[in-house]
Amino acid sequence: MADGQGILVIGELAGSELALVTREALSAARSLSGALGGEPVSLVIAGADLGDAPQQGISAGADTVYTVVSPVLEGTPPDAVVAVAERAAQVASPRYVIGSKTLLGRDVLPRVAFRLGTALAQDCATLEVDSQQRLVATRPVYGGSAIAKVACLQTPAVAALRPKSVEPLEPDASRIGEIKTLDIQLDDSVVKARVVDRTERPSEGIRLEDAKVVVSGGRGLGGPEGFEPLKDLASLIGGAVGASRAVCDAGWLPSSYQVGLTGKTVTPDLYIAVGISGASQHMAGCSSARAIVAINKDAGANIFKEARFGVVGDWQKVLPAFIDQLHELLQ
Amino acid sequence: MPLRIVVTAKQVIDPETPASAFRIDPQALQVLPPASVPPVVNGFDEQAIEAALQIKDAAPDTNVTVLSIGASFAMDVMKKPLAMGADELVLVQDDALVNSPDPSVAVHVLAAAIRKLGDVDLVLCGRQASDWDNAQVPLGLAEKLGLAVTTIAKRVAVENGIARIERVLPDGSETVEITLPALVTVSNELGQARYPTLRGIMAAGRKAPTIWSVADVGLDMSSLTPGLELVGLALPESGAACEFIEGEDDADAGRKLALKLREAKLV
Ligand SMILES: Cc1cc2nc3c(=O)[nH]c(=O)nc-3n(C[C@H](O)[C@H](O)[C@H](O)COP(=O)(O)OP(=O)(O)OC[C@H]3O[C@@H](n4cnc5c(N)ncnc54)[C@H](O)[C@@H]3O)c2cc1C
Repeated sequence: MADGQGILVIGELAGSELALVTREALSAARSLSGALGGEPVSLVIAGADLGDAPQQGISAGADTVYTVVSPVLEGTPPDAVVAVAERAAQVASPRYVIGSKTLLGRDVLPRVAFRLGTALAQDCATLEVDSQQRLVATRPVYGGSAIAKVACLQTPAVAALRPKSVEPLEPDASRIGEIKTLDIQLDDSVVKARVVDRTERPSEGIRLEDAKVVVSGGRGLGGPEGFEPLKDLASLIGGAVGASRAVCDAGWLPSSYQVGLTGKTVTPDLYIAVGISGASQHMAGCSSARAIVAINKDAGANIFKEARFGVVGDWQKVLPAFIDQLHELLQ
Repeated sequence: MPLRIVVTAKQVIDPETPASAFRIDPQALQVLPPASVPPVVNGFDEQAIEAALQIKDAAPDTNVTVLSIGASFAMDVMKKPLAMGADELVLVQDDALVNSPDPSVAVHVLAAAIRKLGDVDLVLCGRQASDWDNAQVPLGLAEKLGLAVTTIAKRVAVENGIARIERVLPDGSETVEITLPALVTVSNELGQARYPTLRGIMAAGRKAPTIWSVADVGLDMSSLTPGLELVGLALPESGAACEFIEGEDDADAGRKLALKLREAKLV
């Protein structure tokens, strides 16, 4: 595939809707298409049931939507999605392939890149076209301690877009596009990694990823008991509780609470960090918050470098008074 | 037949290096290793070694070989897996193996080295390396070697030729089964890796690593096509200056913080 044309987006579903991350990827693809003089944008979506997602794909920016519906795709096993994405790339023969750095994308996109004879530009915050029409991406590296710019050397170029880094386009129902069934035979033998059991613990209350306010605690809380006042604070101001990796590694809270590079990415209006030092790998998951507020006894802690407001002090003394005062204010 | 496990391990700059000691050369596009902080074995790779050793604990005739590639190695650092209990250490050392954010070359070289090692039942890798955070060498390696793959394990067990893997999900976990041979990536949720024992350290001292060049694994660097090129490297811009809220004591500062957040309409 030496001469590609256009951009192929590897889509994802949220239930039977087109996932928000895919609308973001389509938006990025449309910008790239503009920079390439209007090359076409295609989308591939695969699942056991696609609902209205193909049409939503067109409204969100796709010119062509390739669909695959198969019972093999129930639960979207990565092995099957890799096969679909590879086939779609053969059919569409794109210049660029764009997916999302999600649970599924993390497993699928590197494999797709290597099958197509290249490597993946991972976790991209921005994507642009350079003067030689190469895809160029910026991405955090070294846990967010540095920002790298990488150029893709092969065609197709493959990139994973970091969720929430691009605004999706306003859905436009009047956009015209074509929906095609992708020609691929899928049977169960494609799935080599078989899921035999799954336990989901849906979070109590507001989902961390969606919360407008997040109250996070770190090793400085000293133990699981330290999270009791944090939970009170979160419920008082309608927020969710998060944690640093140190807390989850110590078993104070399950790993579903972890915010950061290898945990969840949160984008609240307000992020309150208590007893968290602010390592770059932690900040990678919360630095898009509109305002960070830190309570830490060490005035030199890195968290204050990214905080809008801070208190240098012992949380055991600061927090109860803070919560009491908020109680009064919010009555 | 006893099991043969290969664990890939990368020597990295210690990710706990304080921000003040983290330096880059934006012209040469290089991260400069801090003089005062020694390198470490990538943390997730240590956990992959731990996963392999847990399998070996259950089936002691299992062979655990640790494989690393790079331009140069700190031998005392790279011998740690041996001290933890691994059987062999293989290093592919070549000036051409510069540490880059393009995983293409690493995938080819690791794949060739694993082929040279012969029949391997299970390849274990850390979920990502803490330098470039690429999380793709393992998946590329699985494609290159034609191995079934799953990622982000917190438990790996092998029984009757089948690997049973407990994976971490954002809000729970799942159990996956794969018929060997397979490749699995391991995450920190597996738990702290074991510390070397004094006996382990003595035994490691007596073991010499196998050192190969790129040519030894049957590759010619000039025939390897890169996928990505690093064209820029910068330090992130630091955020807005922090307004410190002070009070008569800690409690007073807490009260004033609440008033401040109200004033700024953040609550
Ligand atoms: C590849 C990789 C990925 C990682 N991914 C993540 C990730 O996703 N998320 C994450 O969080 N980390 C991640 N880490 C770990 C990260 O580097 C840090 O080790 C971790 O975030 C530290 O957690 P902490 O701030 O709770 O603990 P510490 O760094 O130990 O900080 C504790 C803080 O509490 C303060 N404190 C102590 N007592 C008090 C008190 N009484 N009152 C007020 N303050 C107090 C201290 O001053 C200190 O600043 C990753 C690391 C690596 C290498």
